[in-house]
Amino acid sequence: MLNQEMEMLCQTLQAGEFGDVMVVGGGISGIQAALDLGTAGFKVYLVDRAPTIGGHMAQLDKTFPSNDCSMCIESPKFVECNRHPNIEMMTYSEVEKVEGQAGAFKVTLLKKPRYIQEDKCTGCTVCVEYCPVTYPDQFNQEISRNKAIHIYFAQAIPLKPYIDQSCLYLKDNKCGICKSVCKTNAIDFNQTAEKVEVRVGAIILAPGFEPFDRRLRDDYHYGEYANVVTSMDYERLLCATGPYEGEILRASDGKHPRRIAWIQCVGSRRVTPGDNSYCSAVCCTYTQKQVILTKDHDAEARCAIFHNDIRAHGKDFERFFQRAEKLPDVRFIRGYASVARQDPQTRNVFVRYATPVQGVKEEEFDMVVLSVGLTPLAGHEKLADTFGIELNAHGFCQIEPFNPMRTSRPGVFVSGAFQGPVDIPESVMTASGAGSQCGQLLSYRRGKLARERVYPEERDVSQEEPRIGVYVCHCGANIGRIVNVPSTVAYALSLPGVVHAEENLFICSTEAAAMLAKDIKERGLNRVVVAACTPRTHEPLFRDTLREAGINQYYYDMANIREHCSWVHSKEKEAATAKAKDIIRMSVARARFLQPLREFDLPVDKRALVVGGGLAGLTAALSIAEQGHEVHLVEKDAQLGGMARRIKYTLEGADVQGYLRELIRRVHQNPLIHLYTKATVLEAKGYVGNFNTKVQSDRGVLEIRHGATVIAVGADVYSPSEYLYGQDQRVLTNLELEEKLAGGDQAVLGAESVVMIQCVGCRNQDRNYCSRICCGHSVKNALKLKELNPRASVYILFRDMRTYGFREDYYREASSQDVKFIRYQPEAPPRVEAMQEDGRSFLRISVKDHILDQDLAMDADLLALAAAVVPPAGAKEVSQMFKVSLGADGFFQEAHVKLRPVDFGAEGVYLCGAAHYPKHISESISQAYGAAGRVLTLLANETVVASGSVCAVDEHKCIGCQACAVACAFGAIEMAETKQGQKARVIPVLCKGDGLCNTKCPTGAIQLKHYTDEELLGQIKAGLRDRA
Amino acid sequence: MSSDSRFTPKILGIICNWCCYGGADLCGVSRFQYPPHIRLIRVMCSARADLRHIFEAFLNGADGMFVGGCHLDDCHYITHGNYEAISMVRLAGKLLEHIGVNPKRLRIEWVSAGEGIRFANIMNEFSAEIEKLGPLGKSEGFEGPALMPRIGTVANLIPYIKMSKRDKLALHLRDNPTAYDELYTQKEINQLLSEVPSFEIDKDKCQACMICLKKCPVDAIVGGKKLVHFISQDKCIKCGTCLAACPPRFGAIRKTSEVDPINCTAV
Repeated sequence: MLNQEMEMLCQTLQAGEFGDVMVVGGGISGIQAALDLGTAGFKVYLVDRAPTIGGHMAQLDKTFPSNDCSMCIESPKFVECNRHPNIEMMTYSEVEKVEGQAGAFKVTLLKKPRYIQEDKCTGCTVCVEYCPVTYPDQFNQEISRNKAIHIYFAQAIPLKPYIDQSCLYLKDNKCGICKSVCKTNAIDFNQTAEKVEVRVGAIILAPGFEPFDRRLRDDYHYGEYANVVTSMDYERLLCATGPYEGEILRASDGKHPRRIAWIQCVGSRRVTPGDNSYCSAVCCTYTQKQVILTKDHDAEARCAIFHNDIRAHGKDFERFFQRAEKLPDVRFIRGYASVARQDPQTRNVFVRYATPVQGVKEEEFDMVVLSVGLTPLAGHEKLADTFGIELNAHGFCQIEPFNPMRTSRPGVFVSGAFQGPVDIPESVMTASGAGSQCGQLLSYRRGKLARERVYPEERDVSQEEPRIGVYVCHCGANIGRIVNVPSTVAYALSLPGVVHAEENLFICSTEAAAMLAKDIKERGLNRVVVAACTPRTHEPLFRDTLREAGINQYYYDMANIREHCSWVHSKEKEAATAKAKDIIRMSVARARFLQPLREFDLPVDKRALVVGGGLAGLTAALSIAEQGHEVHLVEKDAQLGGMARRIKYTLEGADVQGYLRELIRRVHQNPLIHLYTKATVLEAKGYVGNFNTKVQSDRGVLEIRHGATVIAVGADVYSPSEYLYGQDQRVLTNLELEEKLAGGDQAVLGAESVVMIQCVGCRNQDRNYCSRICCGHSVKNALKLKELNPRASVYILFRDMRTYGFREDYYREASSQDVKFIRYQPEAPPRVEAMQEDGRSFLRISVKDHILDQDLAMDADLLALAAAVVPPAGAKEVSQMFKVSLGADGFFQEAHVKLRPVDFGAEGVYLCGAAHYPKHISESISQAYGAAGRVLTLLANETVVASGSVCAVDEHKCIGCQACAVACAFGAIEMAETKQGQKARVIPVLCKGDGLCNTKCPTGAIQLKHYTDEELLGQIKAGLRDRA
Repeated sequence: MSSDSRFTPKILGIICNWCCYGGADLCGVSRFQYPPHIRLIRVMCSARADLRHIFEAFLNGADGMFVGGCHLDDCHYITHGNYEAISMVRLAGKLLEHIGVNPKRLRIEWVSAGEGIRFANIMNEFSAEIEKLGPLGKSEGFEGPALMPRIGTVANLIPYIKMSKRDKLALHLRDNPTAYDELYTQKEINQLLSEVPSFEIDKDKCQACMICLKKCPVDAIVGGKKLVHFISQDKCIKCGTCLAACPPRFGAIRKTSEVDPINCTAV
């Protein structure tokens, strides 16, 4: 009934602005949420108040700890959003009002005027060139200048300029040059802000954060001393698309700084007015990244980092820190530092800092970088009002302890850094997680508004002689000003197989695409070469045009005469024209050999398998089931709950056992969840959409068919061999202490003195990682001890306190309750002895205090060890069975550390919980929802499309040498027995199309389609012979 | 085509889609300039660049050859194909050196999609290097096209080379990537090229059973039913399939060693 009503409603409203979900904020988190939901069958509005999507990630140079180029990994997602049939982007727009309730919101937006008619604008940027007004470029942190009319950044989506308020015409009705140079009459000064109403069922808030604004306080002299910059400024300085094209220069004299200082915790971990009490969680590692990159730029650079604790609590962060620390001329100096003064002549900056040995020192630097923290975005209070949600004490979104994506208003979810200071992978995880919960809420209307492209049937041209059409683009003036386009067209016509060639001002424009499609039909073209820009961004567009014109999309090739020619040879017009001809000739030669390829649709089994019945597995299973999919949940123990069974409450005080009981009850009651306890996975076969897994459990041995797999096998606790653990009953792990505290153990409650030792079993040679959760765990136990027995003395012996994010407040609270924190050095770990003195039995813990430079001894009734979190037993078997990888520390390895944190490299397999890396409960839950969201992007579809560019074997040529099969890490090649002996066979769905096997094959029997030897040799010959 | 006064090198590049091609694109976006000598071919992974492509490029008149991929351990694929690419390029370099081609004409580099300037720098350097070396053969001391038959001979031996060096070509020296520079020795290449096998059919023993003929992957065996077979040496890739296929009771196929097909030693 509801369904029918819904369908009617959808039909009547289809013409208006009506969708399923609105994502507010187009940074990486919003982008991920939009893509997930769009792919999972919902119509999404993606709103950003900036002129483009991209957010802060677009401004970063590289991302830690892999030092991936930030823009390079993010910008393909822009294009994906742009082309997605179910995503509608509304940039330069702000939300004014939100009415209604979950399932039926009415959102009023204000679309700011760009003064450009987007449908007319081709993005040629001639207007930008002619604009006489410059103003500080916001994208470059106002270090360089840009024009009043400009494109926000080179990869912006939409790639159209907008006019800033600094425009002379807007200010004084003068100028208007842009209008007169625009060939398509796209400039419209009469545009005004436009009100738009959109109806959606759910909202995801992903508005991001703001870097801490040092201008609010003057003690670092930011804005006053030219050579004091923020870390965000420094990102732009490092970046090749930055103000100085990737050269790090000082604003005062344009010289390279040699001596650079970083001051950590600027705006964070302080309770002074204007500062923030919490830890921003990302600054330690981004600073290390900047240090590494600085040394890459200039090996002679001398770097000093003034820091408090080093918080390297993320996956691979510890190694990353070591990498930075080991670089020559890099000093990590622990201590409070401030900017003292600048030299008025040299404009060098003096940093004043305290050292334990030498007292207060001053040191001269060429540049000082302030490692600013993350703060709530400007206008967060208004935003909260608009959306009717509550904020926490820090001005971030108030979230539920066991569901960090849920706000105080039903139907409004939150992801990314509006939850609190988080890094990119967490922003991506929570985006997928918020997406999954929208799916739970709106499951009944999934697919109702989603569109799918319909293409005409393909004409079979494989038997025809090549009839190639060549289209050479001027790209406004980008190509045409350098390359003599008409002469390349004439040349193209002389090439064998070419039956038509022409030039076009913008071949990517919508009109040109229509013309191209018409040409294919009317001129009978069966191959198309477009000589224009890079295939990396534009190939999908033209392939799509071929499909629309009814020929196979693989009959297309792109000659890149812009990025690889006109732009890089701009002073050599003749040579550039000759090169453009060569590039076109190579493309034509290749086009002659192109073959039609079939992208195959694989059916998707709609069921999921979740391996692991801990908190993560339970959450993922329930979220998937509540979106209408059957789930097989496999748990190795007799009971569900995993490690969470041993945790009583969180640091924030939330009741874990109560939540767990409720969760398990819901799992038991959900008819779509099939539970297998005491279960082991015996065998896993198949591929994305079609897995077949054999499970032995208390139900016997069963074969389960499923389309998606979630690995949520959790982690184990290290069993310490140090500090008398296992020998003396008074030595416990943190978890054991928590259990005893909750159980009211008298020996524990009566303890007068309790010592805790951090980093037991990790951050050492055997386990070179930080277990992330132990600092918070110890603080939690310490606070509980103090609560139950205020007179107890509690000591925490630590290396770095890593209470990142809002956990910092509890660290401060413990300190104020007189919990003693004593730092120890790994070279001189604490020593523990069981003592008998004066008839009293106790544990004596001695440690060297480096500040006081003396040995301290504590007599304790109880010693708690922060035992490391270690990879789960059996991780290796699971990884091998499901063909997923483990990282260096033995935890499961995600597909991409930044942008695919819940996916595996193997398609259709997803990851969540502590199996990925040690995590707090709320983080495991976020990732579990994230995994469910990713699973739905697969299971919501009937089929999954596999690329046609895969390998194939000519069996006659195959000599069965297995070189290909050995080389293929995807396991896509199997050896088959035939009458003619062993032959290699490709399993196309597993082939990823890298073509490694092709080069291994001695006879050329195995060929990567679309990159065959014939095609490549054709290009090679054409590229060298008869050069124009 | 170029005037005698100024030599315009012909350089060909095979670069991977995910990193080096992206770097070349960013180089363009950033307007970094480099000489217009190179022609680029896009492949999905640098591991798709084949020994054969390199030799065919030189045979077709390239003065320099470039392979570009992702930085090591940054490969887009779990295959880490760039390790295989560097092994292949090092082998190709030694083979070129062996036949008298200056190995500096072949270069492999890693450029990430964010390193536009690095791409430009490499192009500038490499172009200058090839300009200095002059046309293929010139700095090597060969007159005219005298080098070509040697390149052609090695090109024909590629199937045999791939089979012989299969394990080394698949080596992933992840702990010490510089070790690729020493992975192949000149002595090893000497030996490789002096031990080239040759397969022949003893016409007295051949029973014209067609077994080898059918199995030959490159159709190099000529003959028919009741027509004694022989191996067309031009087509033969020396894979030994025929030897394995010939029923032992006939034993008609002989493996012999060819005498130094290059007819030269390292320069």
